[in-house]
Amino acid sequence: MVGELSNTPANQKQQSSLSYTVEQLVAVNPYNPDILPDIENYVNEQVSSQTYSLNANLCLLRLYQVEPERMSTQIVARILIKALMAMPAPDFSLCLFLIPERVQMEEQFKTLIVLSHSLETARFRQFWDEMKFIFQKNYQVINIEGPSLDKFIDHHVANSGWTVEKNQNKGSHLVVLPPTEFNHPQLKKNTEDGIPLERIARMFPILE
Amino acid sequence: MAVTPSYEAEQPAAGESASTGYDPNYVPDSVKSFVVHMYRHIREKNVYEIHQMYETSFQSISERLFKDSPWPSVDAVASYVDNDHVFCLLYREMWYRHLYARLSPTPKQRIDSWDNYCSLFQVVLHGVVNMQLPNQWLWDMVDEFVYQFQSFCQYRAKMKSKTEQEIALLRQYDQAWNVYGVLNFLQALVEKSMIIQILEQEKEGLEQFTATDGYDYSGGSNVLKVLGYFSMIGLLRVHCLLGDYHTALKCIVPIDITQQGVYTSVIGSHITTIYHYGFANLMLRRYVEAIREFNKILLYIFKTKQYHQKSPQYEQILKKNEQMYALLAVSLSLCPQVKLVEETVNSQLREKYGEKMSRMQGYDDDAFTLYDELFSYACPKFITPSSPSYEETLVNYNQDAYRLQLKLFLYEVKQQQLLSGVRTFLKVYSTISLGKLAAYMEVDEPTLRTILMTYKHKTHSVDSDGKITSNADLDFYVDDDMIHVTESKPAKRYGDYFMRQIVKLEGIMTDIDRIKLE
Repeated sequence: MVGELSNTPANQKQQSSLSYTVEQLVAVNPYNPDILPDIENYVNEQVSSQTYSLNANLCLLRLYQVEPERMSTQIVARILIKALMAMPAPDFSLCLFLIPERVQMEEQFKTLIVLSHSLETARFRQFWDEMKFIFQKNYQVINIEGPSLDKFIDHHVANSGWTVEKNQNKGSHLVVLPPTEFNHPQLKKNTEDGIPLERIARMFPILE
Repeated sequence: MAVTPSYEAEQPAAGESASTGYDPNYVPDSVKSFVVHMYRHIREKNVYEIHQMYETSFQSISERLFKDSPWPSVDAVASYVDNDHVFCLLYREMWYRHLYARLSPTPKQRIDSWDNYCSLFQVVLHGVVNMQLPNQWLWDMVDEFVYQFQSFCQYRAKMKSKTEQEIALLRQYDQAWNVYGVLNFLQALVEKSMIIQILEQEKEGLEQFTATDGYDYSGGSNVLKVLGYFSMIGLLRVHCLLGDYHTALKCIVPIDITQQGVYTSVIGSHITTIYHYGFANLMLRRYVEAIREFNKILLYIFKTKQYHQKSPQYEQILKKNEQMYALLAVSLSLCPQVKLVEETVNSQLREKYGEKMSRMQGYDDDAFTLYDELFSYACPKFITPSSPSYEETLVNYNQDAYRLQLKLFLYEVKQQQLLSGVRTFLKVYSTISLGKLAAYMEVDEPTLRTILMTYKHKTHSVDSDGKITSNADLDFYVDDDMIHVTESKPAKRYGDYFMRQIVKLEGIMTDIDRIKLE
């Protein structure tokens, strides 16, 4: 699943002053309804600059929980889409826990929940079909193809030992993943039965 | 014209409790002696005596004289303690706690208790408090603070049966038990006490806190520091009540729960911490972590609960014990692990939930009912933090938060529906072709692939640093069309077992040696 990159310094061009301020606010003074508009702006900035901050988004959802009349469903939808892109992290469920049931019944949220369900159960074909349908409905969604995908692959080529080979015949690219513990699980040699020497030492008087 | 007899006309306008004959101004001798001694012990910083009076004397006097009525009002006892402002705040704190435990507070009493906590915490935060109080009491303050907040939210959300006066009262005192207020007080205590920095510096040997159980042996006060420490656990709890599990776990990061600490010095705090930590991890799908911690605490409770039989917390301990067994049953059904559960805990678990756990593996309607039942029994009392809307028709919305969490939890369970089937097959084969497995599971190959990927996804959890770890006791990889299964062999703990038996045998032999045959 193409995910957005987390808000690590290595990946940002430069941290915007808004992002710095909001991260400070969320860390130091999160239980304060006055910061609501700042975080809302920050969510929009996350969308436009392809960054992501779970802590800030959760903080905003909590503020909405306390003052539901100030909730902006558009912002909530954007937060959910960002969370969706953070898979396999469970961010999407984390956000849902904070959104009241009656809001989740709205059409756009139902759609997002269906999308999340497809991803959680690895039904990728179904996911993309649903996405196509959403594009056709002209609903404002962040473009998660194109530049994001390239950025994602570049990041992993640099950091996780992936390589990209060009497949001569079909003109497509093949991403080669290095062997890790996840794709080559070994039978775990069970060393659990080792007993530290001190414990046996305590028994030496008996064993004599 | 009938004349009402005089003895009926005058009913003392006593405290608003329902019990007749309560005179808030009547101070029995035992109460007088209690406050005088308590006041002296606090001034002399005699923590041991304070603890005795707080744990034992207060309870026994309550049992004897105040089984179903409040203690005398603070105004009545103030004169015995030089009208000491701080002592009165402490007395009132105990007074309200007793009220909540034995009776039901009226709306006005709820609000007054909030005011008392505000004053008390403000004194601690701004004044120079020069007392040493027992950790039990300081924990109880934070615990009760959060409990009364939760109770108020539940009360406020039941709008249907509210009278005009009650609604007017709520509107007038809308700041009372406001969620921001509660969170900000807890946060302020954490910050002002600098407890996070203290714990950090302790790791480098620059500070002493855990080693002294939080007490200050250099003439200072432990109150702010220890309240700050317990407030972290308070924040963990409040965030769980709101459904924000990620932030809840963040609040508790400075405390290393794999070690002893001040949080283990009071059994109530130990249990509350682990219960909420485990629950948050369960909701975050970090099942292994939840199982590990539940196992530890359940074993601990099993070994030590006999020592707490006389304590006022005993009932609570038992209740939480049962709830955590239920959560353990749920966690193990979602994520079977043979190695992580200790023998004693496992046998208790089988006894309580063995039959239900096998039914939960079925993932049919019966199973979902059981998941629902156990979750509902064991979950925290979730709250809706927003104020009621006084304009719309009055409804009861106190169950909304709980219903949402339950719904999302069951949704997750449903998504894991097919995984149980996969596990059964993987247990039996070391390699199997995709085609064959698909046939056995009565699905087509593409569907099988999605099921296998779901299995991978659901059995790997992502922690807060983004690291992915495997929860699965049964793992596999796919090479072309073959599935290769790897099972981490369960550890048959021969070593431990033999050691225990050796020691036991030695003990028996020593005993036999001692027997003198006549």
